[in-house]
Amino acid sequence: MSTLAEGAPVGGFSSLTPLPPARGRAGFGGALRSEWTKIRSVKSTVWTLAAAVIIGVGISTLGNWGQSSHTNESAAQLAQHDLVQRSMFGIILGQLVMVVFGALAVTSEYSTGMIRTSLSVQPRRIPVYLAKFVIVTVVAFVVGEIISFASFFIGAHFWAAKGVSLSLGTHGALQAVIGGGLYLDGAALLAFGIGAALRHTAGAITLGVALLFVVNIMVSFMPDSWQDDIDKYLPYNAGSQIWATQHTADVGTAFGAWAGFGVYIGYAVIALLAGLWVFKRRDA
Amino acid sequence: MIEAVGLTKRYGDKLAVDQLSFSVKPGQVTGFLGPNGAGKSTTMRMILGLDAPTSGTVTVGGKPFDKAAYPLREVGALLDAKAVHGGRSAYNHLLCLAQTNNLPKRRVDEVLTLVGLGAVAKKRSKGFSLGMGQRLGIAAALLGDPKVLMFDEPVNGLDPEGILWIRNLMKALAAEGRTVFVSSHLMSEMEATADHLIVIGRGKLVADCSVQEFIDNNSELSIRVRTPEAEKFGALLSEKGASVRADGEGGALLVTKLAMQDIGDLAFDNQIRVHELSPIQASLEQAFMELTKDSVEYHAAVPADKGAAA
Repeated sequence: MSTLAEGAPVGGFSSLTPLPPARGRAGFGGALRSEWTKIRSVKSTVWTLAAAVIIGVGISTLGNWGQSSHTNESAAQLAQHDLVQRSMFGIILGQLVMVVFGALAVTSEYSTGMIRTSLSVQPRRIPVYLAKFVIVTVVAFVVGEIISFASFFIGAHFWAAKGVSLSLGTHGALQAVIGGGLYLDGAALLAFGIGAALRHTAGAITLGVALLFVVNIMVSFMPDSWQDDIDKYLPYNAGSQIWATQHTADVGTAFGAWAGFGVYIGYAVIALLAGLWVFKRRDA
Repeated sequence: MIEAVGLTKRYGDKLAVDQLSFSVKPGQVTGFLGPNGAGKSTTMRMILGLDAPTSGTVTVGGKPFDKAAYPLREVGALLDAKAVHGGRSAYNHLLCLAQTNNLPKRRVDEVLTLVGLGAVAKKRSKGFSLGMGQRLGIAAALLGDPKVLMFDEPVNGLDPEGILWIRNLMKALAAEGRTVFVSSHLMSEMEATADHLIVIGRGKLVADCSVQEFIDNNSELSIRVRTPEAEKFGALLSEKGASVRADGEGGALLVTKLAMQDIGDLAFDNQIRVHELSPIQASLEQAFMELTKDSVEYHAAVPADKGAAA
């Protein structure tokens, strides 16, 4: 402190170059650059995304290795299964890490108090929220696609050893693999919206994980007749249609790929709108 | 220029700020004084739009703050030096703020050097001392070369050197014609820095005047009288309409509402020996406490005997 004080000119503003004249107004573009700086300049987000890749791809690798090396089925029997979806098995755990990323992108501003500084340099809150939304969407999309494509290619490698050839040209495979990344993006956005609405990291992660994971377990304890009505609407069941190539055999598959994804994104949209309302209206 | 009109903030059934109207003018340091919990921070948060007023309006440069083309060029504020993400480096913290207002990157380096943090620009702010954190907050406030600067309790917890640095900075900013609005709960701090005072208690405006006027209006002159016949003389003084009380130990009297000359004459007329007759100017701190004593939000319990002695 004392050494720092000596180097500091007192009110020596002459050392500052005059600012260029102001033209236009501060808006979405500046907010977008700012939010990108925020995301890339803290270790927590960078590590969370790295963890998502490691866990997502890692679990896919383990799952595909385990299943392919212990199966007694013939190549023809194996081809009956949705191996494209199975190859991306790691998404089930990867989505939970994406929830952490999406939630932290907004709740860390509240837990540190940074939000008060952010909103006192840009009091127009809607561009700030939209910029955060766009950055989370793009970053989670890129990371999600890395996870789904890496999982698919690693899975294809294991199944090839069993004589089953999986390629992006396989029926519906390309859409399903891109869909895997989209699904993970949706998980991040759901958590982002919840985070903005709750302003609390632990609360947002808990609710996000509950919606994507825990409700499925709870519903499985319900009477069968109830399950038939509810199952397909559960976020995971609806959303996972987009990264499947078969939509008839399994539980809760009444939705097609895009209809199911629409329902899934619907949950995220509700959360994002609730988050926007709170972000705009409540005292920071 | 900051102008508040009928500014009111209600939290549940508690009025934090109550019909507050004032204006803060450029070219001087305006102190915003009030006991803890008087509503100073809430008022500053409403100026920045962090909190929405329950009623009333506040403008900066004639506009609500959220209508400013470039908010950072309008107001530089340091409300809470801890309101940063500690995992981000000082440089990146300032960069993400500068980017929102399309300010050039070199500005970040310049303000970091100006506040003396150039050497630790790449360090995460988590490890900063209180004083360094405060400097980082001030660097942020200076980013946009703003017309208005607002500081909430800027010297809290700083060492004397840091306090001096901030005082001089505020004066220099005001001397450049900027509006400087600084809050404190310590009168002594305002005495050293401010030209003008806005005093609030329990959310209400108590005084809006120059520091000199505040001293003249609020610090009553009292006379200390030391005499071996304190009891007798005290009675005589009271008869003349003076207000008399014991001045701590040693049997001296503190007399108000009677001029020093009249006290001397009264002693002579009654042949009372006087060992001391001296004027006591109440400190501004006392004046401030006197003025806001009814509006202090949280009173500490005063032990009964001490309360009686005063």
